[in-house]
Amino acid sequence: MKKLQKADYIKMYSFMLKIRRFEERAAQLYGMGKIGGFCHLYIGQEAVVVGILMTIDKNDSVVTTYRDHGHMIARGLDPKRIMAELTGREDGYSAGKGGSMHMFSKENNFYGGHGIVGAQVPIGTGIAFTHKYNGEKNICRTYIGDGAMNNGQVFEAFNLAALWKLPVLYIIENNKYGMGTSVDRAAAGLDLYKRGEAFGIPGEKVDGMNVFSVIEAADKAGKYVREGNGPYIIEVQTYRYRGHSMSDPAKYRTKEELDNYKQTDPIEIVKAEILKKKIATNDEIEKINKDTLEEIKNAAEFATNSPFPKDSELYTDVYL
Amino acid sequence: MPALSPTMTEGNLSKWLIKKGDTVKAGDLIAEIETDKATMEVEAVDEGVVLDLLFKEGEANIPVNKAIAIIGDPNEKVEVKKEAPIEKVIEEKKIEKNIETKIENKKADLIDTPSPKIEEDRNLSSEEITMRQALRDTMAEEMRKDNKVFILGEEVAEYQGAYKVTQGLLQEFGKERVLDTPISEHGFTGLAVGAAFKGLRPILEFMTFNFSMQAIDQIINSAAKTLYMSGGQINCPIVFRGPNGAAAQVAAQHSQDFSSWYSQVPGLKVIAPSTPYNAKGLLRSAISDPNPVIFLENEILYGLKGPVNNDINFSIPIGKANIEKEGKDLTIVTYSIMLQKSKEAALRLKDEYNLDTEIIDLQTLRPLDTETILNSVKKTNRLITVEESWPFGSVGSEIANIVQRDAFDYLDSPVIKVNSADVPMPYALSLEKLYLPQVDDIINAAKKVSYIK
Repeated sequence: MKKLQKADYIKMYSFMLKIRRFEERAAQLYGMGKIGGFCHLYIGQEAVVVGILMTIDKNDSVVTTYRDHGHMIARGLDPKRIMAELTGREDGYSAGKGGSMHMFSKENNFYGGHGIVGAQVPIGTGIAFTHKYNGEKNICRTYIGDGAMNNGQVFEAFNLAALWKLPVLYIIENNKYGMGTSVDRAAAGLDLYKRGEAFGIPGEKVDGMNVFSVIEAADKAGKYVREGNGPYIIEVQTYRYRGHSMSDPAKYRTKEELDNYKQTDPIEIVKAEILKKKIATNDEIEKINKDTLEEIKNAAEFATNSPFPKDSELYTDVYL
Repeated sequence: MPALSPTMTEGNLSKWLIKKGDTVKAGDLIAEIETDKATMEVEAVDEGVVLDLLFKEGEANIPVNKAIAIIGDPNEKVEVKKEAPIEKVIEEKKIEKNIETKIENKKADLIDTPSPKIEEDRNLSSEEITMRQALRDTMAEEMRKDNKVFILGEEVAEYQGAYKVTQGLLQEFGKERVLDTPISEHGFTGLAVGAAFKGLRPILEFMTFNFSMQAIDQIINSAAKTLYMSGGQINCPIVFRGPNGAAAQVAAQHSQDFSSWYSQVPGLKVIAPSTPYNAKGLLRSAISDPNPVIFLENEILYGLKGPVNNDINFSIPIGKANIEKEGKDLTIVTYSIMLQKSKEAALRLKDEYNLDTEIIDLQTLRPLDTETILNSVKKTNRLITVEESWPFGSVGSEIANIVQRDAFDYLDSPVIKVNSADVPMPYALSLEKLYLPQVDDIINAAKKVSYIK
């Protein structure tokens, strides 16, 4: 496994916390009517994307689902501009035309943010195809929700990726529910990571509440893919604390189930490790907490003060 | 000569696998025949001795249903007609369905004549090539220029193209750039779109556009909308090409025309070539374009021959219609294969009714060249649209809307649309003919807008 430095622990904690605070603030702005449409929060799942982040190369590509705010933060994008996209303002990453579900940053190799369940999987496979076609050593990380694992195009993409040995790492974020339908009511066969077996794609299941487990698996899988062996599947067992989207009361699960997961909160796990290893003191952690809160507050401030797109923007960006 | 594909009207005798005097049983291979799509082996159906081979190896363009060999009992005296009578139904099929056959009859002279504008092209080749060669050559030329251009689709590589449009590309560019895909449109279309997002320039061949419905989410939700959704960051330089519309008797699921479906979508450009000449110019523009382009070919036109401009930089701009024939009495706006029928109708309208028809070949459906259409209507004051798509919300519907809005005072009669019948495509030859717009339908529409009883 990748050897973690002291700075890595701080980085993990800071990023996970930043995602948490960002999402909480987004929920607040949604409640205030500053964010419209659909808004899917990542709270509870932070260890997944941050764990993967620790093994990523700057020139690797990423493509994900509509639950993408945390992914963008982890890719190093500016929370101010992410929030400005959520509020539909001209400083947003998509200039206010994409919204929560459709955000991109080409310069950071972040290819969305896709609103159609499963559609990002062939797309990520095509981005991996390009890395290989261009003779680059990079890989594409393609995130898949558990709901998409029953979607036909995902398996068409698996077949193509295995057939052409494409450098793509598939990460199934199994948060137990595809909207309101639990995995066991949607999937015949609960081991989603085994669904690549028929194509000869290796897969494994990982505890997604623990960032260290994610790093270990992502490191191993990333190496396998980067060495030209073809695709690999990691199924990360995670949990979203919130509903599917802001308008979902999540009545399909019990309070006990939620509380149970909160006992293994991913951010608390890292914090405990930092204190145990004496990487930082309580005061130093408090300072990170305060700075993060401040940064996100500023992001919200920025996002609510950024101008709405000009009317003339309605007709731009249809064609290049 | 057996008919070995829906659109085959003649074949080449590549090789005999039998010789005179051989005894053959049912199921024995007797010859290799090259069709419009592939080279295939032919089996004997009857038993007997090969009494005569009526064509030599290498002989080309042998019409379907012509006798090529005689197999029988040598002890029986058999009266053999060297030319078997061609069934009437096949004759009809040839006349209605195959442009090359049309060229043989006298009216076809004009049909194969390039428009005045094309004749002015100083780089026009003296040699005539088929539409499929024109498409192939253009892809090869662009692949030589830009390493980022590659082609993928079902049977494009080893098989050399289901309709031979990609013939020889695998041999020249190798398997990294000419990729056979599984029958998996949704998956490989999404893959190609991802590759285009990342900077490659894929040419994706749909064996026919009917199969693009399997992938239409990726075409519309991903390819067409992402530039907008990303605030202008991520473009998708991809060409989706392949045959669109009816072939010959392939019935409802393999005959749909998608021109109006795709033309409805902002973010897509839609092109429908009608000749080898404009196929070359337009495909080059499509491959060079930074946006997703739907390139609607026509299976029956693949064999159409004509001169081309062989300059490897020759292109025809997207969004520009071609005035195929100038006229003063009425305007026909059309595209793709219906250009041929419109030209035939124009000849008869001149002969029989002394009407001078202006024909506009749209070439591009989106963006639509409304200026050329409106200028023509302002001159002729009468308009009919001719297209193969279903009538509801067709390209003609939009043109009729634009013309009534912007040139209402110039119209001397209502705009009439000629479309396919508003039903799924039937299989039976007789019904298929009724379904598709025919020359008589165009003539009737022209008479109606001209108030001729």
